[in-house]
Amino acid sequence: MAPKQDAAMTYRDLTIGNIVTEPGSAAAYRTGDWRSQRPVWDKNVCVKCGRCASVCPEPCIVHDAEGYYEADLYWCKGCGLCAYECPKKAITMVEENV
Amino acid sequence: MSKRRGIEASAAVAEAVAAANVDVIAAYPITPQTHIVERISEIVADGILDAEFICVESEHSALSACLGSAAVGARTFTATAGQGLELMHEVLYVTASMRLPVVMVVANRALSGPLNVWGDHSDVMAARDCGWIQYFAENAQEVYDLTICAFRIAEDHRCLFPVMVNMDGFHVSHVVEPVELLDRDAVASFLPPNRYPLPLHPDRPVTMGAFAPPVLYTECRTAQEEALRATFPVIKEAWDDFANRFGRRYAPVETYRLDGAECVLVVMGSFAETAAAVIDRLRDAGKPVGLIRLRLWRPFPFAEIRQALSNARIVIVCDRSISYGGPGGPVCSELKAALFGHAHQPRIVSFIAGLGGRDILPEQFASMVDRATEIVERNLPVDYEIIGVRQ
Ligand code: SF4
Ligand code: SF4
Repeated sequence: MAPKQDAAMTYRDLTIGNIVTEPGSAAAYRTGDWRSQRPVWDKNVCVKCGRCASVCPEPCIVHDAEGYYEADLYWCKGCGLCAYECPKKAITMVEENV
Repeated sequence: MSKRRGIEASAAVAEAVAAANVDVIAAYPITPQTHIVERISEIVADGILDAEFICVESEHSALSACLGSAAVGARTFTATAGQGLELMHEVLYVTASMRLPVVMVVANRALSGPLNVWGDHSDVMAARDCGWIQYFAENAQEVYDLTICAFRIAEDHRCLFPVMVNMDGFHVSHVVEPVELLDRDAVASFLPPNRYPLPLHPDRPVTMGAFAPPVLYTECRTAQEEALRATFPVIKEAWDDFANRFGRRYAPVETYRLDGAECVLVVMGSFAETAAAVIDRLRDAGKPVGLIRLRLWRPFPFAEIRQALSNARIVIVCDRSISYGGPGGPVCSELKAALFGHAHQPRIVSFIAGLGGRDILPEQFASMVDRATEIVERNLPVDYEIIGVRQ
């Protein structure tokens, strides 16, 4: 199962026993599909402590050019751990408008 | 090339495992399968078979260990019965969906409750839809032959499915019979080495048993179902090759005295041998009866069954388990499904017998024929009847 093309795959494309032959291919899996809320950072409050990045289960929180943090929404599943753990309450979970 | 010996059917299974040069056995003893693992552990301990015998604490672990062993490409065997098969239930499905060629012999046993260690087909029927190839052996020679065939079928790259070989608990498993044992070279010529196409190996990492979200699960299931149906010619080819080499022929649907038979008995498992003797007697008395021994249970031989029943007026199906609250016997409902909507519609009568180790006596088979004829001729509203219940 090559996750990149999940939605395009027919049953004939599957390997025997659905064995995944490409190592590390889990990274291609778009967990961002699960998200109903997204984290939004307030740079005026953030002290760049990095706790949000260390608790993110994906882990998809990366530095921007100024050293502040942001989520890569390809993987961010909207779990809210970053917002919960932020000591400064710099992160707000905002509803996705689907 | 071969030798004939009087041995217990369970010991014959162990001999088949040795002859097939199995690499890994993981099993947990349970009546009436215990003699199989007991004998295999002796064969391994005595150095007759160079294999890993993994002692486990339950059947769930037994099949899990087998799954792992098959995943690295080792030839793998296990055996169980009754409650043990039920404890394996979760892993049965996983083994099939992962397409791992594990071979298992089941000494069929009734399910609790009430607790009963004797034979019937409740255990295999509860595992009917687990995705394994499933077939039945009627005696010690058959279970020996069909266990060897099971490795060839399971490991064939056009197949790659686990195979369950069923034999009736006690009525077959504990009976001493003459068995022609093949030598290892002869078996090796029939059974090429196992070469699983994508084994677990540090040099070529793969992920097995990954999850499939809604966007993929239907495709995975479709692929599995189509692949299982496609094993049918592979199974027949293996049995035919076995017949050509060793002289004993097996077929998905085996017929006995069907010429001119208006009334046909359908039996799966060892009681088909008793039924065959009854058919002989009734034929001698001028009754137009015949017998179908259903050998292959999954994938179900729909076309062969229709063909075999194409001249029958009355079909009697004798099941050894009950589908509670359902249509009667599970073999019977499969047969009805096979015939429904087709041009030739014989009347089908369902009987259930031989539960929890009870014999089915020759006179009971004979009375099934009379009773079925009565039900059909008087058009009685009977879904199914249980034979020999004291009431
Ligand atoms: S945990 Fe809060 S304060 Fe720390 S880096 Fe992340 S957003 Fe900034
Ligand atoms: S919401 Fe969850 S997944 Fe998204 S960035 Fe925060 S911790 Fe990571």
